[in-house]
Amino acid sequence: MTTVAATGVQHAAWLMLAFPLFGAVVLLLGGRRTDRWGHLLGVAAPLAAFGYGLACFFALLSYPAAGRSRDLHLFSWIPVGGFRVSIGMLMDPLSLSFVLLITGVGSLIHIYSVGYMAHDTDRRRFFGYLNLFIAAMLLLVLSDNYLGLYVGWEGVGLASYLLIGFWQFKPTAAVAAKKAFIANRVGDAGLSLAIMLMFATFGTVNFSGVFARAHEAGPGVMAALGLLLLLGACGKSAQLPLQSWLLDAMEGPTPVSALIHAATMVTAGVYLIVRSNVIFDLSSTARLGVQVVGAVTLLFGGIIACAKDDIKKSLAGSTMSQIGYMFLAAGLGPAGYGLAIGLLLAHGFFKANLFLGAGSVMHGMDDEVNMRRYGGLARLMPVTAATFGLAYLAIIGIPGFSGFFTKDPIIEAAFSKGGVSGALLGTAALIGAGLTAFYMTRMVLMTFFGKRRWEDQAAAAAAGAGQEGEAEAPHQQPHPHESPQVMLWPMILLAIGSVGAGAFLATGDRLVNFLAPVTRTPAAPPGIVGPYGLGALGLALVAVAAAWWMYGRREVPAVAPAGGVLVVAARKDLYGDAFNESVLMRPGQWLTRLSVYFDNRGVDGLVNTFAATVGGASGRLRKVQTGFVRSYALAMFFGAALLVGALLLVRL
Amino acid sequence: MSSFPWLTVTGAIPLVGAVAICLVPGKSAPGGEADRQARDSVVKWLALGFSLVTLAITIAMAVQFKPSGPDFQFTQTYQWIPAFGVHYAVGVDGIALVLIGLTAVLMPVVVLASWNDADGARRSVKTYFALMLVLETMVIGVFAATDVFLFYVFFEAMLIPMYFMIGSYGVGQRQYAAVKFLLYSLLGGLLMLVAVIGLYVYSARSGGTVHAGTFLFTNLEHVHLSVTVQKWLFLGFFIAFAIKAPLWPFHTWLPDAATAAQPGTAVLLVGVLDKVGTFGMIRYCLELFPAAAKYFTPLVLALAVVGILYGAIVAIGQRDLKRLIAYTSVSHFGFIALGIFAMTTEGGSGSVLYMVNHGFATGALFLIAGFMIARRKSQRIADYGGVQKVAPVLAGLFLIASLAGLSLPGLSTFVSEFLVLVGTFTRYKLPAVAATAGIILAAIYLLWMYQRTMNGPVGEGVADMPDLKARELWAVVPLIALIIGLGVYPKPVLDIINPAVQHTLTQIHVTDPVPQHPAVAQKGAAP
Repeated sequence: MTTVAATGVQHAAWLMLAFPLFGAVVLLLGGRRTDRWGHLLGVAAPLAAFGYGLACFFALLSYPAAGRSRDLHLFSWIPVGGFRVSIGMLMDPLSLSFVLLITGVGSLIHIYSVGYMAHDTDRRRFFGYLNLFIAAMLLLVLSDNYLGLYVGWEGVGLASYLLIGFWQFKPTAAVAAKKAFIANRVGDAGLSLAIMLMFATFGTVNFSGVFARAHEAGPGVMAALGLLLLLGACGKSAQLPLQSWLLDAMEGPTPVSALIHAATMVTAGVYLIVRSNVIFDLSSTARLGVQVVGAVTLLFGGIIACAKDDIKKSLAGSTMSQIGYMFLAAGLGPAGYGLAIGLLLAHGFFKANLFLGAGSVMHGMDDEVNMRRYGGLARLMPVTAATFGLAYLAIIGIPGFSGFFTKDPIIEAAFSKGGVSGALLGTAALIGAGLTAFYMTRMVLMTFFGKRRWEDQAAAAAAGAGQEGEAEAPHQQPHPHESPQVMLWPMILLAIGSVGAGAFLATGDRLVNFLAPVTRTPAAPPGIVGPYGLGALGLALVAVAAAWWMYGRREVPAVAPAGGVLVVAARKDLYGDAFNESVLMRPGQWLTRLSVYFDNRGVDGLVNTFAATVGGASGRLRKVQTGFVRSYALAMFFGAALLVGALLLVRL
Repeated sequence: MSSFPWLTVTGAIPLVGAVAICLVPGKSAPGGEADRQARDSVVKWLALGFSLVTLAITIAMAVQFKPSGPDFQFTQTYQWIPAFGVHYAVGVDGIALVLIGLTAVLMPVVVLASWNDADGARRSVKTYFALMLVLETMVIGVFAATDVFLFYVFFEAMLIPMYFMIGSYGVGQRQYAAVKFLLYSLLGGLLMLVAVIGLYVYSARSGGTVHAGTFLFTNLEHVHLSVTVQKWLFLGFFIAFAIKAPLWPFHTWLPDAATAAQPGTAVLLVGVLDKVGTFGMIRYCLELFPAAAKYFTPLVLALAVVGILYGAIVAIGQRDLKRLIAYTSVSHFGFIALGIFAMTTEGGSGSVLYMVNHGFATGALFLIAGFMIARRKSQRIADYGGVQKVAPVLAGLFLIASLAGLSLPGLSTFVSEFLVLVGTFTRYKLPAVAATAGIILAAIYLLWMYQRTMNGPVGEGVADMPDLKARELWAVVPLIALIIGLGVYPKPVLDIINPAVQHTLTQIHVTDPVPQHPAVAQKGAAP
């Protein structure tokens, strides 16, 4: 497919980036002056970008399918020798799908935040960071070359650093923010190496240039490129082995969790892989890498989600798991790219819905996050419970809801890959479906049904809500209440999306066909319902029953029981942090200490010893008070004498 | 081209300023405390005024510069010591021009930031600012000199003002640090002196006949030296520059000097003075001794990569704010040397741009850290915490400077660092991969420093810390604006640097590696 210059409404597509960037600059530079109306500007910016994105989207639809790739050159950014990189925007089905998701769901999250952050004195700054995030994310998906993508890529990393650490007075938040950035940087190093390899191989980093010649490079180069890109994707999308930051990232305010960790940022890795589909198509090694990472992470995240009592961390584990599905799909090649994006869009709705629902619960429960101190909230928060329930039905894949239309085809596609690997991947995906149903049912039961465990937990709750500032002791027991309208409406709209998005995207393979110009049509589009899909449904129902048996039928203990080996391991994030600590951090600390010692004693010690030997007195070097002018003059004298002598010698 | 002596005028203005400052009555003049303060104030405004005039002239000169014009522009050549063929010869290519630009920008910034730094010192305020301006003249001279002897004179002479600025106006172990700095630099200078003489001797003997030797760079460019001679002379220059830059393992004077110096002095030391080392590597080591440079490339690349990683790892372990920033510079100078010795257009241009960007970014970091230290009266990182809560503007600017230190895309440092890496990668894959690990370490040392100083509960003695004052904002905001502006649109500066780098590579007969599968119909290599 050839790319032509953007015209019409798309000719000013830079406005999409400009709106949120303008919002961020005004809100962050404006300071306290913008406090009163800052949140309104903050909401208007993504809404304007959404409006313009819609206009660009419909303009794209008006073109024939083969012509839906439009490029907008903005300016020459880094022109050096053969390395010529411009800032430009590529508008095609893939990028504009992401634009609508980012700005659409993003706008809803902005609106929700108006209510959620209403009592925070720094709400304006929060909106500034959110707008910065939207701008960076849009640059990531709209750039027409890898280096521009990289700018957006690290830009969202920065925004996430700022947002996770938003309550930076909490040491845990500051540590989590730094950890997220550093884990992402490991992935980013992979991505930047991939870009270097591209330039060394193809002499360009533009999508069009790289993809046009990709088939000429050998399989070794393609495998290396694919695996380096995968490393980058793992960092951003919290896939193994770079997954550990995501659970800690829950230290940020809840709308952040929704925006960054569900709807948009963590899906950037999936975008990168699908965008680079030409590269992955040429290397089965790289594809296998993606499949394995996806399959392992979907189980890993699912197991963690089953054991967490913190509602946000359980949802974070769930996010890892769902992104794992998307990776698995993307790793399957042309058969799976469309499916990966389908789940990604549907997940954007229902996971944002779940996170906002969790935030709404926390809002009514004095920021309590422990589900063991919830219970029976359905009656008190009916709208939250209803929207959460719809998203629940969507994620576990009940027929008719969007998870069913988007996740089951991935399970089918994994099995239809064939061979031992296909069976293994498919089985992992099947088990994952059961895990999903289990942890989500557990979450719904513990939160909205059963005994009101918070009523006799007043004392315990006091500890969890200490930072509200209104901590008069003894702490009152929480008075759960429904959230304000400004928070409810985004949840209602997202719930509609959770229910309907899957059917809309899957009907007649609408999304797969729409994306075909970018990802090519699979040989045989997978059916929606197949034997394995039914198996997944059956497994999910069994898991729901099991969860009800454990958490619905009998009372949930307020203190977590000891649990078996697997439960303990899952509570500790399957020892991800322990592994990092013992394999990377501890040796790193030792290396650092050793290096500092070596630098002081070794390198510098050598220098000082040398100086002492030459000068004859080390004490003089340290205690020199007045001798320095003399020593300088002496040195100058020797130097001059040497010079004059040498010059005379030459003349003679 | 006009015949206006741009470079001589630019270089002379700070010196005139220094003389003017010296004419202001000093400490011993009659009058009370109020009179003394008034005189100090005159001194400070004079320093600021002269440094701003220098900046204005530099900008005017840069506008006149034609990137596609001759290699050296604004040239002037006068005989100085005819007996030895020594000339007063100046001229700039794109590389020297942007480094003079860097110097001219940083000087008024440092004057503003150092406004009160000398007030309590043993020596007078006026000496401090006069030394600064003298230093500016020396640095402009060292970048502008096109006679190797003249270069050497400026190279050595710029030590003197810096020596007194550290030794007399510094803090902590300032005497020790200043003497160490001086002896180290003198050692390098002596080696270079030997090489300078050697160059003269061999230039006189080149071509088989004995004739008058020369120090003029434009002549030396065309002198053919045997490979053995090149190697020895290369080493003489290179060690001097490696000490100045500083390159691992010649770096140990820098943390001591930067820690003991006032923040403004540290900015001039790391931001400007050290760039003379990396500038010299391109101008002298590559261009005059191409065969030797290629011979020693593996060694230099190894030192550069070790420096990148070693500097970063040692930086992580530091407990002193200024010392930490100094070690980050050891890592950054590794990147600069890497790009230079990769001998590609991208690497070379990236390195030159890196020199400029590093001056702005590390300058901002040192200055803001200095503002904090002036408030809390401690350089220990552990004495801070929660500064963002009490001084959000200071913290925000410090964050941007830190992000520039870790080369966040969108900021100027990213452009140069990526150019260095990609330029190295096209020729030397392994060193580039190893150096890329440095970008992870950079995130660790800078964000950890930021976390320990700015985040968390408000530390003891931090609670009543005032936010930045107008004077401090005026000093730092221009640097931050440059960091962001050049990150988004570096093209104007790159357009000045590129032809000079390409000239250097042509001079040493190196062409860029051609991509294996060029994607578009392009020449690939440099023309």
